[in-house]
Amino acid sequence: MASQASAAPPEPLRSRGLHLDIRAVSHAFELDGQTLAVLDDVSFELEPGESLALLGPSGCGKSTLLRLVAGLETPRSGDILADDAAVTAPDPSRVVVFQDPTLYPWRTVSDNVALGLQAQGVLDHNGRLRVVQELERVGLAGFAKAYPRQLSGGMASRAALARALVNRPRLLILDEPLGKLDSLTRIRMQGELVSLWQERRYSALMVTHDVEEALLMADRVLVFSPRPARLLESIEVGIAHPRRRDDPRLITLRRAILELLGAA
Amino acid sequence: MREPERGALIWAPVTILVLLLAWQLLVMLLRPPAYLLPDPLSVFETLIARISLIAPHAWVTLVEMLLGLAVGVSGGVLTALALASSALLRRPLLPLLIASQAVPLFALAPLMMLWFGYGMTPKVLMAALIIYFPVASTCYDGLRQTERGWLDLALIMRASPLRIMLLVRLPAALPSFCSGLRLAAICAPIGAVIGEWAGASAGLGYLMIQANAQMQTALMFAALLVLIVFALLLYAATELVARWLLPWRAVSHR
Ligand SMILES: Nc1ncnc2c1ncn2[C@@H]1O[C@H](COP(=O)(O)OP(=O)(O)O)[C@@H](O)[C@H]1O
Ligand SMILES: [Mg+2]
Repeated sequence: MASQASAAPPEPLRSRGLHLDIRAVSHAFELDGQTLAVLDDVSFELEPGESLALLGPSGCGKSTLLRLVAGLETPRSGDILADDAAVTAPDPSRVVVFQDPTLYPWRTVSDNVALGLQAQGVLDHNGRLRVVQELERVGLAGFAKAYPRQLSGGMASRAALARALVNRPRLLILDEPLGKLDSLTRIRMQGELVSLWQERRYSALMVTHDVEEALLMADRVLVFSPRPARLLESIEVGIAHPRRRDDPRLITLRRAILELLGAA
Repeated sequence: MREPERGALIWAPVTILVLLLAWQLLVMLLRPPAYLLPDPLSVFETLIARISLIAPHAWVTLVEMLLGLAVGVSGGVLTALALASSALLRRPLLPLLIASQAVPLFALAPLMMLWFGYGMTPKVLMAALIIYFPVASTCYDGLRQTERGWLDLALIMRASPLRIMLLVRLPAALPSFCSGLRLAAICAPIGAVIGEWAGASAGLGYLMIQANAQMQTALMFAALLVLIVFALLLYAATELVARWLLPWRAVSHR
């Protein structure tokens, strides 16, 4: 990748979105000698370039599902296929953005963004340009030399996003990426996440606990049961971007989903 | 954690000055015999008057402390690295490390003397030994308790174990290393002096014992004073090292 980059012009920002196929995945943890069933026979597909939001009660197993997709853990049973190849290990083509931005406090913002390339051993001149480019894209160019503890919550989320995107993922996995932000910052970041996704065309898999957020951002919303998570319903949003939160179709869908979650 | 430490550097001299003043007043009021408690002024006078006697001893203790620090800290760090990176080493060594914390190391001083003689070696080893355990265990804790999210990102990037160590686990353990270094700085003078007390022909601890035997209490205090200054300087030095290693801790929170 590095050798190709130094000769050829910078690769296009757009990536071919990953096709994800989750087939009958079940998972469980052993806790104090007891088996804790977390995922129960979950199957769904994510089309290249599609964005999918996962909704479900807290603790039902959403983060676990994301970790399985990332390859950080292996399911007890079932298959996870990325472009028809079984996921057996993590890969930079499937990057996770965690809820806690998990920025490295000892690295500057720019060095945080560079970590992925450095960890892969491909942080060359071209890589550094990419870091600068991503920082500019998320509006953090002026904070390249700042340390994470000097950032506001919104800026930390942007830094974490840039740190993921600089690796040109084909699947972006987001675990409640905006969960800790105040509502105004959150609304702005929702818009930015959508425009980044439209620009780059990666596939996106996002967990959120906010039904409205799911409906504003995703092509499709998957609703899960309480633990162990079973897939209750897959809901096509079918509203063009930019979406308005007071769109009557969105409000109808929101009510239906809240009912599924037993909150209406 | 950061604020009180920064304060300590500023406030330590002030507190010491106040204590010295109180001591001086106490001696002036109660007038105890000089061999029991000399006043600070005469301690300073003795320090200056007998500096040519004290200086070579101070030099010996300083060298013992610094060598002990170098040996103890590097040994502790290497042990922590070995424990953190190899399960094969961890299984036999970790219980040993934990159990050895309970050994009263001071009690080993006469043995050290028996094995290594009256020279500098047993003192350096004593200091190193006392430093080694806290450094090894704080560094090991730091290497072990890397936040999962920090590791996950490196794993996603398919970083090799060596890169994960260099890019994530080591820097994540630096705050623990600095705590270990602070402990080491506190332990170093203790180790050196205990070593000297067990048997020596030079050093501040030796000088104190000699002065004590001859009821030259002011000289004993002067030697103690030099030792305290060394200890404080050493501690301040570790503070500087910590600031250099952890520049991000010094920036203000948003
Ligand atoms: N590594 C683990 N070991 C044991 N239990 C776990 C582990 N990770 C998650 N769990 C448990 O699995 C369940 C699902 O967790 P999670 O996937 O984080 O839920 P969600 O993200 O939907 O809130 C929870 O009960 C949690 O305590
Ligand atoms: Mg979760």
